[in-house]
Amino acid sequence: MMLSITRRDALIGGIAVAGVLPGAAAANTPGQMETAIRRVVGEAEIRKGKVTLDLPPLVENGNTVPMTITVNSPMIKTDYVKAIHVFNEKNPQANVISAQFGPRAGKAIVSTRIRLAGTQKLTAIAEMSDGSYWSDTQEVIVTLAACLEDLI
Amino acid sequence: MAARALINVPKTAKRGDVIEIKTLISHVMETGYRHSNTGVIIPRDIITSFSCKYNGEEIFATTLYPAIAANPFVTFHTVATESGTLAFHWIGDNGFEVTEEAKIVVE
Repeated sequence: MMLSITRRDALIGGIAVAGVLPGAAAANTPGQMETAIRRVVGEAEIRKGKVTLDLPPLVENGNTVPMTITVNSPMIKTDYVKAIHVFNEKNPQANVISAQFGPRAGKAIVSTRIRLAGTQKLTAIAEMSDGSYWSDTQEVIVTLAACLEDLI
Repeated sequence: MAARALINVPKTAKRGDVIEIKTLISHVMETGYRHSNTGVIIPRDIITSFSCKYNGEEIFATTLYPAIAANPFVTFHTVATESGTLAFHWIGDNGFEVTEEAKIVVE
């Protein structure tokens, strides 16, 4: 019974699929990134500096992108980094990673490998023990995006 | 599913030194945003959290999201305070849970 697909059905089906897919792949927007950041930070002021977000400027494969975040902090009991959060603009979800530290960490550095769905900006935010927030933003050009190749 | 975890911790360290710890675990980290050939969304299957305890005290913890690449690799640092055990703990979707340990001698 499923074999009797007419050319018209196939066309309509094709249009329906084409119409649905961009919606399914709907990435988050810079606005959603801002919302995700505010959910973590609250109303606090975010200042530029102290944080270094290290990413390759040009990425060939968005499926594994090495990323290092370094925060300039003495990491002593009275002055240390409490947490580092990373956010992105265009992946389906704005959060990338959240890491919690204590003065025992010695150095506020964390490295990992991430996925990027297209050319976009990433923001790293560090929460200090005194309650201040510092950030760094990097733009990354991605030639082969993660996630999306399966949809095409 | 046997997940393989690789941990790189220096065997010995001087007291007060900052040591680097590298961890890698095998996991697909399926995002939940991809479709199979039939157009059905492949359900999410990721590691959601990773933590490290040094002689029982938590020194590092992360929350992981689908944006982390497959086979999560995480590097961090700690101060070598005393000889003992570093315990690593990964928790994920579908009841995924792995614990690993590494010994360190501090002089």
